[in-house]
Amino acid sequence: MNVATMAPSATMSLSSAPTALYSPKAWAAIALVVVVFACLPAFNLLFPAGHPLHVSSFAIGLIGKFICYAMAALALDLVWGYTGILSLGHGLFFALGGYAHGMYLMRAGKASADIVPDFMTFLSWKTYPWFWSFTEHFWYAMFLMLAIPGLLAFLFGYFAFRSRIKGVYFSIITQALTFAAMLLFFRNETGFGGNNGFTDFKKILGFDITSANTRAVLYWVSLAALLGALVLGRAITQSKLGRILTAIRDSESRLRFLGYEPLGFKLFIWTLSAMLCAVAGALYVPQVGIINPGEMSTENSIEMVIWVATGGRGTLIGPIIGAGTINGLKTWFTSVFPEFWLYALGLIFVLVTIFLPQGIVGLVRKLSQRKGQTA
Amino acid sequence: MNTQAIASHDSVEASTRSNGASGKASYGRLKTPGVDTTHGAILYLESISVVFDGFRALNDLSIDIGVGELRCIIGPNGAGKTTMMDVITGKTKPTSGTAFFGQNIDLTKMHEAQIADVGIGRKFQRPTVFENHTVFENLELAMKTNKGVKSTLFARLNSTDRDKIAATLDLLRLMGEHKRPAGLLSHGQKQWLEIGMLLMQEPLLLLLDEPVAGMTDAETERTGELLNDLRGKHSLMVVEHDMDFVNQISQGGKVTVLCEGSVLAEGTMQQVQADQRVIEVYLGR
Repeated sequence: MNVATMAPSATMSLSSAPTALYSPKAWAAIALVVVVFACLPAFNLLFPAGHPLHVSSFAIGLIGKFICYAMAALALDLVWGYTGILSLGHGLFFALGGYAHGMYLMRAGKASADIVPDFMTFLSWKTYPWFWSFTEHFWYAMFLMLAIPGLLAFLFGYFAFRSRIKGVYFSIITQALTFAAMLLFFRNETGFGGNNGFTDFKKILGFDITSANTRAVLYWVSLAALLGALVLGRAITQSKLGRILTAIRDSESRLRFLGYEPLGFKLFIWTLSAMLCAVAGALYVPQVGIINPGEMSTENSIEMVIWVATGGRGTLIGPIIGAGTINGLKTWFTSVFPEFWLYALGLIFVLVTIFLPQGIVGLVRKLSQRKGQTA
Repeated sequence: MNTQAIASHDSVEASTRSNGASGKASYGRLKTPGVDTTHGAILYLESISVVFDGFRALNDLSIDIGVGELRCIIGPNGAGKTTMMDVITGKTKPTSGTAFFGQNIDLTKMHEAQIADVGIGRKFQRPTVFENHTVFENLELAMKTNKGVKSTLFARLNSTDRDKIAATLDLLRLMGEHKRPAGLLSHGQKQWLEIGMLLMQEPLLLLLDEPVAGMTDAETERTGELLNDLRGKHSLMVVEHDMDFVNQISQGGKVTVLCEGSVLAEGTMQQVQADQRVIEVYLGR
């Protein structure tokens, strides 16, 4: 929808001032899409079931989930598509964000915040362990949601990037990190509910989490967060820092000889990406009502990569489109031939890699260019 | 405390008086924050050796480059020319020996980005420009400025910066191409763009590794003109195979011949070409 504005600096001239974030046309297109999606929960609330304009609660829940996926994909694309760092472990940051929010949700639903959940009773823990302290406060949980994945990403990134670990080696290490974290969270003694994780949430900030109104608000907050992430991503990639990130992707050693130390730039985008992914995870959990270590499984992280590849890496709209498309297909496929979904996903990835190296956005660009040439 | 201050003041006066008495140069100089080139040399390499798995790529190499000099380095394949550049730019650490920039900056203790920052720019053998960035953006990224994370996030080009980029584009004769992705330039244009990127860094010393490799005759000629424009403004070290080109740019300046990791001969192009040992290993083949 904003293919024209995606071409880097097409409008730059030596005399003109730096261009705006998006062209007015692109802003209008974004606003239109946001308004359309924002209307859906309103239609769910305003029109009773059976009315032709009614949108089912199932659809709202599904799209709300997709919005969170899209945000995670956008975060992944900032490091992969723009900076050339392929992470196979973004599922970890997504899940950590979810767990941090889940800690609050577990306690918010209880009559008193000191009542321990069942999984702790089974461990014969009478009180919450130290790392659960203050999680009954929503804002503290939100702080943890950003701080824990951010800190983990920063430390991991610092050591990996300082040692100049790159390419497939980096990817494998991120995968191993995620897998190790999953095993850790599977243990009951870790204190996060073992393989059942957290579920059976009742309330969020005093509101009933299952009511249609609360669900609509969660949906809108997710949509706003995605829009915010898109604008933030655009601001970063349009800045000089964004051009340095793509320069790291294309020729890191050249950049070093220009006097840039890539470590700081990589750490910045890597940590930011992890935090954005955590926000997506935190918004996802109250909408699906469960978080368990399965979210850290290797398939989830790889699936995120496929969303980005399908939509078009190195663009910001691409991951959003890709996450929507693949998850839409997944929803349909798993209801028709549930056993074959992973085969289909693999096939999609192979086909996209061979025929659509620039993803859906690249295809649209190519088609519009061809149209421009013949016209 | 007061008396102390007076005493030190007295001693300063005494020393200036004694200097005045001799009327000649003093050894005391103000310590400059940047590179110190008061002895007239920008680069000193002193008995540098680089050993890779027992193979001596550089063998006790000593070389120095004067301020504003254009020095050509020639030598047969495997003479260690590229390794020498790697040592100067911090890509390879020498096994032994010292490398100083001016007389105060120890290059062996710094990494690539720091070395680029103190004023050594390097052009690689193969042109390496950022192919997905426009010509303009390539120069913008190279420009001498604060290269930290925060300052680049909020960086905006002011009119001085734009003028600087425009002047470089003019010098490179790439004005009409500034909006094109660098990957679409011709081979020669990419080489010039890379030289331009070095110039944007405002380096004191430029290292050029085979700048005319693969160029057409016209492009080679043009590159020679470009380097001659830079002579005197920057110190240049040019590693080259093309003898006609070396003849064109050396203009009676010094040429150094490397062989098997150390200096074989040094002098003007005529002297070097007449040297029997040089003819044996290189020119006379």
